Amino acid sequence: MAARAMWKAVIQCGSLQVPVKLYSAIEDRNIHFRILSRKDKRPVHGAMVNPETGEIVPHAEARRAYVADNGDRAILETSELAALDPEPSRDIDIIAFLLAEQIDHRWYDRPYYLGPDGDSAAYFAFAEAIEKSSLEGLARWVMRGKRYMGALRLHEGYPVLMSLKHTDEVVAAENLKAPGGAALNPKELDMARQLLGMLAAELDLSDFHDEYRERVLKTVEAKAKGGPRLKLVKASKKKPSDDLGGALQASLKAVRKRA
Amino acid sequence: MAKKTVQESTEESEILKPFWSGVVTFGLVSVPVSLFPATRGTTLRLRMVDAEGNFLKRRFFGEDDSNALEAEDLVRGYEFEKDRFVPVEDDELDALDPEKSREIDLAQFVDLHALSPLYFERAYFLVPDGGTTKAYRLLAETLAQEERAGIATFVMRGKEYLCAIIAERGILRAETLRFADEVRSPEAIGLPKRVSADSETVAQFAKAIKALQAKTLDRAELEDQRSARIVKLAEKKLRSGTDVVAASADAGEVEESSTNVVDLMEVLRERLRGKLRERVGPARSPGKRTSVRVGQLESTTKAELYEMAQSLNVAGRSAMSKAELIDALEHQPR
Repeated sequence: MAARAMWKAVIQCGSLQVPVKLYSAIEDRNIHFRILSRKDKRPVHGAMVNPETGEIVPHAEARRAYVADNGDRAILETSELAALDPEPSRDIDIIAFLLAEQIDHRWYDRPYYLGPDGDSAAYFAFAEAIEKSSLEGLARWVMRGKRYMGALRLHEGYPVLMSLKHTDEVVAAENLKAPGGAALNPKELDMARQLLGMLAAELDLSDFHDEYRERVLKTVEAKAKGGPRLKLVKASKKKPSDDLGGALQASLKAVRKRA
Repeated sequence: MAKKTVQESTEESEILKPFWSGVVTFGLVSVPVSLFPATRGTTLRLRMVDAEGNFLKRRFFGEDDSNALEAEDLVRGYEFEKDRFVPVEDDELDALDPEKSREIDLAQFVDLHALSPLYFERAYFLVPDGGTTKAYRLLAETLAQEERAGIATFVMRGKEYLCAIIAERGILRAETLRFADEVRSPEAIGLPKRVSADSETVAQFAKAIKALQAKTLDRAELEDQRSARIVKLAEKKLRSGTDVVAASADAGEVEESSTNVVDLMEVLRERLRGKLRERVGPARSPGKRTSVRVGQLESTTKAELYEMAQSLNVAGRSAMSKAELIDALEHQPR
């Protein structure tokens, strides 16, 4: 079952063009809840209210305001905000190609697959050229009234556009100071390294499943059928040990035994 | 002066509660930590007002009730059949896996470079809790030396997360990862099988790529241009007095408008220094969403707020600004 494209665009790479379709690479598997009123167990609806008077203000009459430090408010009309929207365009402009580490992963936001739109000759040639270059593209586009920046790279041989966060949205560890303290005990460091080595594994994400999601679904379905309210179990609280060396030694012993 | 700064950050950190508190374990070693987001929203925050400039708040109403419902009148519900709902209490969700609600158990350590960023969902900083930072530093140091990431699943706010614990400059970071079934494969999308391309066309593209090759990224490209334009427009209005409503002397409104914006960076700095431990303590029982605090949402990006709104099925979310999303989420059922 093929996915539906969310957008059609043309990649502009220098003087070359690649018509593409954009697909979300993410499958939403979250459980969606509604907000209910406790009284009648029916969904509620939201509205904007003036808290002073309790009066509901229809959406069309609501405005947005910028609040200055002194509390003064500048009212921004919807039309004024709309005027700041970027011009719609079908282009995905490639601004630059960079060495992969230049685009920090911490800026990565959401991945989108790019698929061919119509003839796939240029599409596959472009993918092959990116692969050979080992570079990552920096792209800019406007989708649904919003300006995006993205990293263009390959995933399983297919072009993926990874939208990027704004710089001020990411807190950089460079601006933080790591916790300090007395120098670590070399013996403990060595034991920790051994422990990590023994627990080393090849990454296989298919080993991990969201079991909790399945449990939530089972529980709500049981409840819907009139099952009893769930028994609440308290987590057993393990007291963290202050004896780091002892804990490391015991861990090594336990892992060796298991092996 | 220095004293005053500390005083202020103490107040702030009481607003900015961690997203999760618990222990990271590897082997029998446990590291008590709190998770704070490594991303924050843009500094621009617009408020919803009526035509006269009065601040508005989002309230919820029942089907045949003209009175706004309070948070305690609301409960999450699951639609098990069309238009039939079953209420779900938060403590019921927590009880489904109490262990994972308070423990990130690093069961395996993988090559740091094997992690595909396509799977990265969101980043959090881990700050040490409890008496000593020794175990924290030991884990950070070992992960860095071995170039490995610890992998675990844990439960936070009623949802299970797969995460990779990574050390960066002596600081532990948790990257939540998408589960394998949350990332589509090219086959699932229905992309055509890769075919070898015409070598002449490939060469043309290679030439175009080379022409576009740059050494460094121009960070200005990643700035939030729209927010900057909005601030410029608003400040022009404030200067000229056009469409401006002066701050009201009314106490309630002053309180509302005062910028409660929490500096996430300040809180992180303090907590990494091991400060505020006694004062703040474990902010919330693990995995519990007792309330959504102002500061927490302020430091969340709009996309994340939208996701939260989506999971709670907040009506009208797609048309909401960041401020509206915050407002809606602050009134979600607890």
